[in-house]
Amino acid sequence: MSKENKNNKTLSTRRPLKTLQRLLAYVFKDYKLYLVIVLVLILLSTYANVRGSLFLQVVIDDHIAPMIGQSNPNFSNLLKAVMTMGLIYAVGIIAGLLYNLIMVKISEGTQKKIRDEMFTHLDSLPIAYFDSHSDGNIMSYFTNDTDTLRQMISQSIPNLIAAAVSFVSVFAAMFTISVPLTLIVILSVSLMIFTLRYISGKSGKFFSKQQQDLGNVNGYIEEMMHGQKVVKIFNHEPQVIEEFTSLNEALRESATQANKYANSLMPIMMNLLNVQYVLLAVIGGLFSVYGVSGLTIGMVAAFLQLSRSLNMPINQISQQINFVIMALAGANRIFCLLDEEPETNHGYVTLVNVTKEEGQLVESEKRTGTWAWKHPHEDGSVSYTELTGDVRFKNVSFGYDDNHRVLHDINLYAEPGQKVAFVGATGAGKTTITNLINRFYDIQEGKIRYDDINVKKIKKESLRRSLGVVLQDTHLFTGTIRENIRYGNLSASDEDVIYAARLANAEDFIHNLPEKYDTVITGDGEGLSQGQRQLLAIARAAIADPPVMILDEATSSIDTRTEKLVQAGMDRLMHGRTVFVIAHRLSTIQNSDVIMVMDHGRIIERGTHDDLLAEKGTYYQLYTGKIELS
Amino acid sequence: MLKKILQNVGEYKKESIITPILVASEVAIDMVIPLVMALMIDRGIETGDTQAILRYGVVLFILAIIALVLGGLSGRFAAIASAGFAKNLRDKLFIRIQSFSFSNIDQFSTSSLITRLTTDVTNVQNAYQVSIRLLVRSPLNFVFSLIMAFSINKELSLIYLAVVPFLVIGLGVVIYFAHPIFVKVFRIYDRLNNVVQENLQGIRVVKSYVREKHEESKFKKVSEDIYKSFSRAQSIVAFNGPILQSAIYACMLLISWLGAKLVVSSSLTTGELVSMFTYTMQILMSLNMLSMVFVMMIIARTSAERISQVLDEESDLKNNDAPLYDVPDGSVVFSDVCFSYAGDENKLALKHANMSIESGEVIGIIGGTGSSKTSLVQLIPRLYDVTMGSVKVGGHDVRDYDLKTLRDQVGMVLQKNTLFRGTIKDNLRWGNEEATDEDLIRVCKVSQADDFIQEFPDKCDAMVAQGGNNLSGGQKQRLCIARALLKKPKILILDDSTSAVDTKTDRLIRAGMQKEIPGTTTFIIAQRVTSVEDADRIIVMDKGLINAIGTHEELLSENTIYQEVFDSQRKGFGEENV
Repeated sequence: MSKENKNNKTLSTRRPLKTLQRLLAYVFKDYKLYLVIVLVLILLSTYANVRGSLFLQVVIDDHIAPMIGQSNPNFSNLLKAVMTMGLIYAVGIIAGLLYNLIMVKISEGTQKKIRDEMFTHLDSLPIAYFDSHSDGNIMSYFTNDTDTLRQMISQSIPNLIAAAVSFVSVFAAMFTISVPLTLIVILSVSLMIFTLRYISGKSGKFFSKQQQDLGNVNGYIEEMMHGQKVVKIFNHEPQVIEEFTSLNEALRESATQANKYANSLMPIMMNLLNVQYVLLAVIGGLFSVYGVSGLTIGMVAAFLQLSRSLNMPINQISQQINFVIMALAGANRIFCLLDEEPETNHGYVTLVNVTKEEGQLVESEKRTGTWAWKHPHEDGSVSYTELTGDVRFKNVSFGYDDNHRVLHDINLYAEPGQKVAFVGATGAGKTTITNLINRFYDIQEGKIRYDDINVKKIKKESLRRSLGVVLQDTHLFTGTIRENIRYGNLSASDEDVIYAARLANAEDFIHNLPEKYDTVITGDGEGLSQGQRQLLAIARAAIADPPVMILDEATSSIDTRTEKLVQAGMDRLMHGRTVFVIAHRLSTIQNSDVIMVMDHGRIIERGTHDDLLAEKGTYYQLYTGKIELS
Repeated sequence: MLKKILQNVGEYKKESIITPILVASEVAIDMVIPLVMALMIDRGIETGDTQAILRYGVVLFILAIIALVLGGLSGRFAAIASAGFAKNLRDKLFIRIQSFSFSNIDQFSTSSLITRLTTDVTNVQNAYQVSIRLLVRSPLNFVFSLIMAFSINKELSLIYLAVVPFLVIGLGVVIYFAHPIFVKVFRIYDRLNNVVQENLQGIRVVKSYVREKHEESKFKKVSEDIYKSFSRAQSIVAFNGPILQSAIYACMLLISWLGAKLVVSSSLTTGELVSMFTYTMQILMSLNMLSMVFVMMIIARTSAERISQVLDEESDLKNNDAPLYDVPDGSVVFSDVCFSYAGDENKLALKHANMSIESGEVIGIIGGTGSSKTSLVQLIPRLYDVTMGSVKVGGHDVRDYDLKTLRDQVGMVLQKNTLFRGTIKDNLRWGNEEATDEDLIRVCKVSQADDFIQEFPDKCDAMVAQGGNNLSGGQKQRLCIARALLKKPKILILDDSTSAVDTKTDRLIRAGMQKEIPGTTTFIIAQRVTSVEDADRIIVMDKGLINAIGTHEELLSENTIYQEVFDSQRKGFGEENV
């Protein structure tokens, strides 16, 4: 929560103009040619519009006036003029349609691009980001915030351009009639712009708040829907509704404030125009009566008529400016996300498959069951180190935040092919250790070496690809059972999937599902039992066939009979490879090569099951039930 | 549908009515202003009468200020009304969803419900705000201009009527083609939400398997679909403007042509022709605005439909007409209970379950993965309803109780435990709002959570991250047990809730519970025999069937499944050798 509040602050301190610039850059970068075409089309359409408004004068002056009083008037010239105008109108309409169609493409295209970019960026962020931001709030970026851009790009940009064109042409015409009166107009228009900026600044602030509140509401709904069962079991609906109502009320408040200012913009601007008209009439009238600066009555009348032409563009501007402000509020949040620092990933050592030929490691495209670390050197040469699964921690200390250490001075070594187990009370730091191996978090002190390579030098993708992980909390994805297992290895064949399912002992229950492997699971596998979900997660890890495996309470919801079978399968699969196991049931780890007993972020004992029993220390006491893990 | 949705304007009705009245007054002044301007030019400027100029100037100035105030106020009220309306809609939706059963929720999917509560409501809100202002302004302008046009020249004005059918057909075609695409677009929005949500919840899996690219391609498929559908829908909508323009421009040309003829034949003055033109322009402007509203309406209509689907959905779990408000005791009787998640008698998860549990008994439940242990106990607090048979609590069918009463008396610790963002204290108080700090500490001691809580710098005020992500599995389980204990229910169900807790702690928790809530019927689902062996009776589940019920000793001597489980855990398992 506090983190999100901090975000709020960075939001409001951002410069709106900067955001606008950046947003426009997005629009303009990919569609330069289109935008030139759009500009031409807008000019055409505006031209048709202007010609249309002047057309009557032409009809009256050039055609009607000469014909009045004629006994046998000839309408053919007029017909020609009407036809020509019709043609111009037609061009204007088509130009208008075309630029609107193009703007739809640009607008939707830009939104797509921004969404895609956000998603890509999102998945590159460190785990800490996800732990500190609510899922629903992040989801809001992709819907509510991106949506704010639609109207601005497709409508506001062309409308504002058209308005600017009309504005400039009206001004030019004004100058030719009277410079002093034009100066008055410039003065009052400056006043209008000042008002516009003031009001849009106000509404902009609240639009930003509105988007933030919308994100919070989204976040709350998501969290409560996720925990719906708990809500129901505790009869907590009234409290949840109350909490929702207060978040919703905050949203209502900011939406009201934002729209209040936004809505008042147009009437204020339009009536300022009316005031300007009065001013012009009075001053112009007085000038003409007293003959100041050679202004005649006719000129004043014409000038006044002309000043009314400002109505349309000002009307347009005040209407569109709200969409722009709203879009800036959304874009602000979007850019905040895009500006989040991605995970540090300066590694250059990569993981490759190799074959051994006469003692030499030769890189292979295919899966060979043998892996190597590929080091590129500065001179352009590469060398290979075989992946053996040797993981060492040297004096590692770590805390999720700076002032609260959870691991202290950890030293551990997992030799190639060993099964290394962690035992300890909840919160002793077992999961944290695995989080450090795959670099979900980076250590503050000490060193972690993997096959004698500093893990920071290994590319994150390669590092993680070398580690199969089954986590405490199982997460599945919408899709078939087959797709979910294949998640571990996208190129696996159907046979591989079946093999992995069998290995994880998941086959029995899969066969009882209506569509077997093609059964679609939705909503994180709601229809499956917790144990079945874990079996799928194990199958998913098994199919990846990784050189090193981390099993973090992977079988906690599986009955002990099945667990034994699963374990036997996993032992077969991982024979000769390094495995890290975390489990509360000592039974699961008994046959480990090394058991690390952890307590309060320290390793207090290490050795084999027999060593540790002989040592008669904590493990012995745990094993014999003399002390508790707590 | 519209009526039902509009009911939610509720207490903002006043603002919703005042807004159009203010707008109407503003429009009236807007119409007077040009007339006064004309007078000022005719009587003041043309004649050089400075007195008249000033007089009309003052009138105009006052009118403009009044119009400004009216306009500002109408905008303000419109904002209050529409934001309030949206708030009421969201509240109503959220309350409705809270009354839903799981099968109701499954029908919509979580991600879809989220879109409906935010995106869809926003669409309706925007349309409403525009409606109560522009739907008054534009038609008034339109009608006024039309009347003026007719008063100048009837024959010429008939032209307007000729283009109306053209307009209606044109806009009708736009709706006809655009609406179904918008319906589709919002369904894709649901999918988009779903992909993002799953990606966020499973981010550790995504990163562990380095599947960022894979997730990206999933996402891009959806965002591509949105792009395509929205482009198509908006492209159709883009024809709106040109259709209107064509109509109006046609009118202008016809008026120029026919009007010129009339002027030449002296049945129309030049001034009247100019006015006709001015009014035609005003008609154009008002129709233009209407077309904007129209586009919003097409989108809002789709959203409104999606909102009313939720509002119209009847919850499966309904209270009886005369529900019982008292659960006499904690006895539980299952009579020939069959249950299927899909409500399909051919896909039973639980088959013909019979059992009779007395109040205060401690019942262990053991069984293989997927043997329907969870399905069995979820029927007791009516998280789901039986497909066949009946479940009785305290001698009455669970369906006869008031749902709240029932659930108040049936506590359950779920296998998939969920904690919420907030402090530990906040989370614990879900069990009992009024619990004192001493109560909290007491139950935490029982659930063996006190020790680790004491190690947090903020103790009970330590923050829990979303989903309890900053706690370990065992810590979460212990907090969840403490939370359930605070309820002091007549029946307590622990669904494998100590799987991440070691045996000894597990035993301490069970012993503590005996003291904390004696007399509470307790169901303990577990994988470990040690967790259930001292229960009064143990239920052995196998493939959706109750295989056997008996004491540890009975089962050990008679039940093969139980024997197998026991043997497999005993052999070489030190932790059971106490």
